[in-house]
Amino acid sequence: MSAKKHGKELSVTFYREMVKVRLFDEKASELFTQALMSGNIHTCIGQEASAVGACQALKPTDFITSTHRGHGHCIAKGGDVKLMMAELFGKATGYCGGKGGSMHIANVGLGILGANGIVGAGIPIAGGSGLTSKIKGTNEVTLAFFGDAASNQGTFHETINMAAAWHLPVIFLCENNKYGVSVCIDRVCNTQNIADRAQGYNIPGVIVDGNDVFAVYQAVTAAAERARKGEGPTLIECKTYRWHGHYEGDPMSYRTKEEMKEWKEKDSIARLRKEIVKSGIATEAELDGIEGEVKVEIEAAVEFAKESPYPDPSEVTTDVYADDNERSVAR
Amino acid sequence: MRKITYGQAISEAMHEEMVRDEAVFIIGEDMGVMGSVFGLTRGFMEEFGAHRVIDTPISESGFTGMSVGAAIRGLRPIVELMYVDFAGVSFDPIMNQAAKMRYMTGGQVSVPMVIRAPQGAGRRNAGQHSQNLEALFTQIPGLKVVLPSTPYDAKGLLKTAIRNNDPVMFLEHKLLYATKGEVPEEEYLIPFGKADVKRAGKDVTILAYSREVIFALQAAKELADLGIDAEVIDLRSLVPLDWEAIEASITKTHRVAIVQEAPQRGGYAGEIATQIMEKIFDQLDAPVKRIAGLNVVPPFSPALEDHIYPKPNDIVAGVKELLGRK
Repeated sequence: MSAKKHGKELSVTFYREMVKVRLFDEKASELFTQALMSGNIHTCIGQEASAVGACQALKPTDFITSTHRGHGHCIAKGGDVKLMMAELFGKATGYCGGKGGSMHIANVGLGILGANGIVGAGIPIAGGSGLTSKIKGTNEVTLAFFGDAASNQGTFHETINMAAAWHLPVIFLCENNKYGVSVCIDRVCNTQNIADRAQGYNIPGVIVDGNDVFAVYQAVTAAAERARKGEGPTLIECKTYRWHGHYEGDPMSYRTKEEMKEWKEKDSIARLRKEIVKSGIATEAELDGIEGEVKVEIEAAVEFAKESPYPDPSEVTTDVYADDNERSVAR
Repeated sequence: MRKITYGQAISEAMHEEMVRDEAVFIIGEDMGVMGSVFGLTRGFMEEFGAHRVIDTPISESGFTGMSVGAAIRGLRPIVELMYVDFAGVSFDPIMNQAAKMRYMTGGQVSVPMVIRAPQGAGRRNAGQHSQNLEALFTQIPGLKVVLPSTPYDAKGLLKTAIRNNDPVMFLEHKLLYATKGEVPEEEYLIPFGKADVKRAGKDVTILAYSREVIFALQAAKELADLGIDAEVIDLRSLVPLDWEAIEASITKTHRVAIVQEAPQRGGYAGEIATQIMEKIFDQLDAPVKRIAGLNVVPPFSPALEDHIYPKPNDIVAGVKELLGRK
């Protein structure tokens, strides 16, 4: 951790964004528990540093693919919490007009090529985005977020192999939160670290403390630089932990209270706050002020979502096809 | 007019579209150095470069998924699955990604990609290289499904597919690659959802697609000798479907047989039959007749494989039965 080295602006931005991710998902969890939202919600509380550190190291013109646990990635890449919350409510004003929900938030303009409900499916999409930059001769970088469980999917191995062989400008960022739903990665993977798998593809594999936003930022900055120079992909493993269950309401019988407590003590936001204050670049009061502003922003997002209309039922048959939609849906 | 093969027509369509639009690229197994196992992209890599004619590893799921990413970013991938059967290893990117991306994002993105996949039996390729999977794809909203039967249709429809802004399953029949037909030198496109009356007739309608169109035309000749004037309609695309053409023909003939090479159970013929019965039942003078493949795994032995899908004589027999003729 080194707030001084990274300066006030970046450190405070980290703080604001990480708090925003935390408060957004805490609010989503609360609303879901109150049955004000339907479907599935997968929160990333505890994993804020990897989302924010990674996206801050990217340019606005760079791209990401996200996962079912993707609210943090979208916020960190510039997503508007109002439009995100409206999407979680299934409202017409949401990013996807209510057609996608929590697991499918996308906005190509912001470089968010889509969250994904299929574990590991965003990885080849990121690879294809990297391939696009290579074919076009442009210098965007694409970062694929995925979890430890996705690293056991064929799509991970197939894409990382092609990206390595073709030196694609892609960053494979694994948020290793230890569990694929209930299954601990130790039980289904014989390598100690996901990053070790990089050796098999002859690319750099980097392990970082996923709860240290500065460490994530530095690793992604280096990987992006390498990608932009045409030197190919990097696999980064962020060791982290999700505080909530796989889904809201998950009884979490597969892990111990001690383990959860231990990881809560490694809270990335508390650590960042302490570091910022200790290094003297901002005061407790300033950080409290930021937190207050974010709270207001999240509340406003909830209000916006609640007041927004549901999509008109006629929308159910639109957007299936780009060309000749009506006829292609009719029969 | 000059005559070229179905394979050459497909090759020409890809070539012309690659010249016309830099966003178009080809990706798949053996597409570059080898020029594809069916020889359809021979010389392409030399002309367009290895970055636009991409030889992939044997990673169907990976490169089909990557093509979805490239399409979202605005390129126009032409993906080749060497055999449609390999859709089994790339089904997530087809079913859950390409097909659904536009809808799930509320219309923010489109996925303009073509998945070319040879299908069909008759080549002694056995169980994992001979299937007809079109019905599977029609069950997935978001995909368009196109099956040309002639060189002319193959070229015009493939050019449309490449310019279309949706994922298109372009299902070619392996046994048609060497067939020849008239294809003009000058450019033309064939719209989706426009069936083609391959033979006009007044006594009975035969609806078919892909290789069965060729068989239906042969059957129609034999039927003509028996005094039965069959109309053969090539549907060309199943999604979108040209219902108007189906209705117009049945309104004229009042009898219809639907022919498909695929197994009968759950096939697209059943879907069309249901639509006919729901919408124009009063036009029918006889029940709709399906003439379809057996519900079996494609066998290897020629002595077995030749029995699994309808041939011209099966179509003749089916139509005679439909007309109550012995």
